[in-house]
Parts: sequence; structure tokens; C-alpha cells
Amino acid sequence: MELICPAGTPAAFREAVDAGADAVYCGFRDETNARNFPGLNFSREELREAVGYARSRGTQTFVALNTFMRAGDEEIWYRAAADAVALGVDALILADFGLMAHVAEIYPAQRLHVSVQASASNVDAINFLVEAFNAKRVVLPRTLTIADIARIAPKIRCEIEVFVFGGLCVMAEGRCSLSSYATGLSPNMNGVCSPASHVHYRKEADALVSELGDYTINRFSSGEAAGYPTLCKGRFDVGDTRGYAFEDPVSLDVMGELDALTAAGVCALKIEGRQRGKAYVSEVVKTLKEALSANPQRRAALLSRLKGLSEGQKTTSGAYNKRWR
Amino acid sequence: MKLAATLAVPISILPLGVLEQTSRMLFNRLLKQHPGLFERLGEHRTKSFAFIPNELPIVFIVRPSDNSILTRRKGQISHPVDASVEGPLFMLLALLEGRSDADALFFSRDLNVTGDMEAVLAMRNALDDFAIDLPRDLAPLAGPFAPLFLRFGERFRRHALAKEGQEWN
Repeated sequence: MELICPAGTPAAFREAVDAGADAVYCGFRDETNARNFPGLNFSREELREAVGYARSRGTQTFVALNTFMRAGDEEIWYRAAADAVALGVDALILADFGLMAHVAEIYPAQRLHVSVQASASNVDAINFLVEAFNAKRVVLPRTLTIADIARIAPKIRCEIEVFVFGGLCVMAEGRCSLSSYATGLSPNMNGVCSPASHVHYRKEADALVSELGDYTINRFSSGEAAGYPTLCKGRFDVGDTRGYAFEDPVSLDVMGELDALTAAGVCALKIEGRQRGKAYVSEVVKTLKEALSANPQRRAALLSRLKGLSEGQKTTSGAYNKRWR
Repeated sequence: MKLAATLAVPISILPLGVLEQTSRMLFNRLLKQHPGLFERLGEHRTKSFAFIPNELPIVFIVRPSDNSILTRRKGQISHPVDASVEGPLFMLLALLEGRSDADALFFSRDLNVTGDMEAVLAMRNALDDFAIDLPRDLAPLAGPFAPLFLRFGERFRRHALAKEGQEWN
């Protein structure tokens, strides 16, 4: 089982490699990837050094070009693909079918992975991407149960990677327009969900109020664990009820289902968090690496220490273990 | 009493000029050790950042565009800053060294951020990409006592992180 780890900076990349990542995924410092945040990501020179560092230690480097190209500006994404290929990255993680077609045609030897942002969640969609663009791996959306994955796995002709730990999106990956609705900018087109330019925090007595654009997202009372300022994690009045209308501010942790995921046909486990600091990357990668070879009891003990690093300081197995409605 | 709180007494007595000179000397040393520290800030380099240790009566205002740091007593900041980061002193130092995760400290409400969030994120990412090690980086300022400073600094850091770090998250 491979462990695929995030890196938003060269320092985090080195931490991930040193902590035992089988592969590290990262992006360029522009809108070609879905973590286009200020001060984050890699210049071409930084990626060159990172690829060399990883290779010398037997670790692979994946580059996410997982936003959707703007008509007329395709050159930005084509150039990013060309540079990543020239730098010798082990795989490109792509969401846009147009970009997949371009890469498959111009760089047929380049390994291509289907990003979670492509939202390929059934046998027909995945096999189409394998046949049309020679995709070698699909990162499944976090909308499927483990039983769904087990049903899909024998019928598709590529490897399966799933998210097991970290931030959890509202369940319409690659198609979510909540951020765009509030700010005009989205992870799909601009690489930013709830762009920091539109986020404001203010104190109201002991409470912390988070706002996105013109919308109040949440009000955390004194001592209450906070979450990201995204609409999907907002607390709203719906009818007579005040609560989390879309989803709670919690993080994904499905490592407790490791054996079931392995049996279902998953070959790679992905950690979310390119926007997180190197301390997070180091701690999570080390812990999950250890958990992979631990027995279930030891695994649970190891994972419990990561709760404090999680959004809302709580974790969920999300749709993998769907028990609601 | 917390370790950092014990510093509040001498700091409240010392003249501001002394505090300012000391913080500038330490800041300049860090910049000398890490000349590209603010590179990742990009367009946010021109912004001003206030770092506010909860336990101390002072505020540090950093302006990356001119590599300057100002030290002011709380409530005596004459110009508004673009962004503020507030938390326990040793937590701020742990963030500076990249030993803690800022998002996790924000989730746990140990860290408060206000103002320009783009600038705050850019600063967080800029600092996180450098291997700042305060005892190692600042030890040369102690001249012949550098090895002693380094040893004491590392022990003090271990103690502070163990004693106070367990209260974060």
C-alpha cells in the first residue's frame, strides 16, 4: 500500500520524504492547481530540487495540475504540464479532460493520474478515461462507500487511490460552486476555495466570527473548536434550526478501515493538506506510516493523537462508512 | 506561573528603547541567517504584521519591505497594521520555527488572526519554508559564549515546548 503525502512548500516536501512518504504530491505557484494560496507551492526551480531530493531517497513526485483550463488561457496549463514532464515528475494528477487529452497526445510516456476533481466515480467514467487518455490511476471522490469501491475495483483497468486523512470537501468534488457563489472564485477554476482575500475574522465579546465575502459563516463561542471559513462548513439558520446545514467542521480519518480498503482493491492512500505546515505534514506522515504496519489496536492508538491537528478537532469516516439518511 | 509570564515583569520595567534595540538586533540576525525569508510573501511584502504575545505587554510590528521590526507597548500602536497574529509567546516562537501547525492552533483557538488573511497566509507559508532554529541562529550574538547560549537555548526550548506545548491543541 502506497502512502501519498502533501507538500505546499519545499520544506514540507522534505519533511514528507524524510517521514517515509512513498510519493509526495505538490503544485506550481499558480492557478494550475487547487491549492493556489498566497505563499504556497513551488517555483520550477524548487520543483527541480524537490524531484531530485525525492528520487535520491526512493520517493516519487506527483504534480497536481487539477484545475480546469480557462478558454483562451490553455497555454498556462500546457506550459505547466511541459515543465513538470521536463523535470521528470513521476505522475501528473489531472482533472480537465482537455488537459488529459493534451498530455496523452504530446507526452504519451508520461504517467497520468485522474484527480479527485475529475469526479470520476463509476466504472464507465473511469474506463473511459483509461481508454481515452491512458490513465494509470484514479483518485476516487470521497462520495463512495468502501462497498462501492469494492464493486468498482474489479471492473476498472487502473489503480485506485483514495483519500484517508485530512480536510473533507462537500460531496461534489470538482463541481462545487459554493465558494464561487460567495466570492466569484472557486477551487475548480482558480484553485482557491474560500480565497483568503474574502475571509475576515472578528471578535464579538468572547466569540470568534468568521465571514466569507458578505456572508457570516460561523460564530464560535469561547473555547469552541473552530473550522475553516468555507460555506460548506458554515452554521446557518434553516427554518427553526441553527446548525451545520451541509457538513460539520470535521476532518476525514478512515485509517481505521485500512484492512477493508485493502480488501476492496485500493493500492494507494492519500493524505490531504498541501495548505498545512511542515509540522502537520511530518506528524501525520510519520503516524500514518507507522499505522500501516501496526495491528488494529495499536493503529487506533496512533491515530487518536492526530485528532488535535484536525479541523474542529474531530474526525469522521465520511461517506466511506455511510450511515446517514 | 507560565514561563513567558515571568518575562512580563522585567519587560514592563525596561525602557522601550532597550527592548526595541534588542528585538532589532535579534531580527537582523535572523534575516542575516535567512536572507530569503520574506521572498514567498510576493505582493504582501509591503504589508505590516503585528505579532502579539498574550503574556507580554509589548507588540512586535514587522514590515518585510524594509526588513524592519518595531517594538511598541500594547495600546501604543500609532499606525494601523494590515494583519495581526496573537497567541502565547512560546507558541508564536514555535510557529516561527515551524514546530507547530498554524491551522491546528487556529482550530483549537490558541491562535487569533485578524486583518488581511491573504497576508497572514503568505507570512505563515514564508516562515514555514525556512528551517529557523532560534538557539542556533542567534547563538553567534553571544560571541565567546555562543556554545553555552546554544546549549541553554536548546534546553530551554525543549522545556518550554514540553511544559507549554501540551496546553496547545
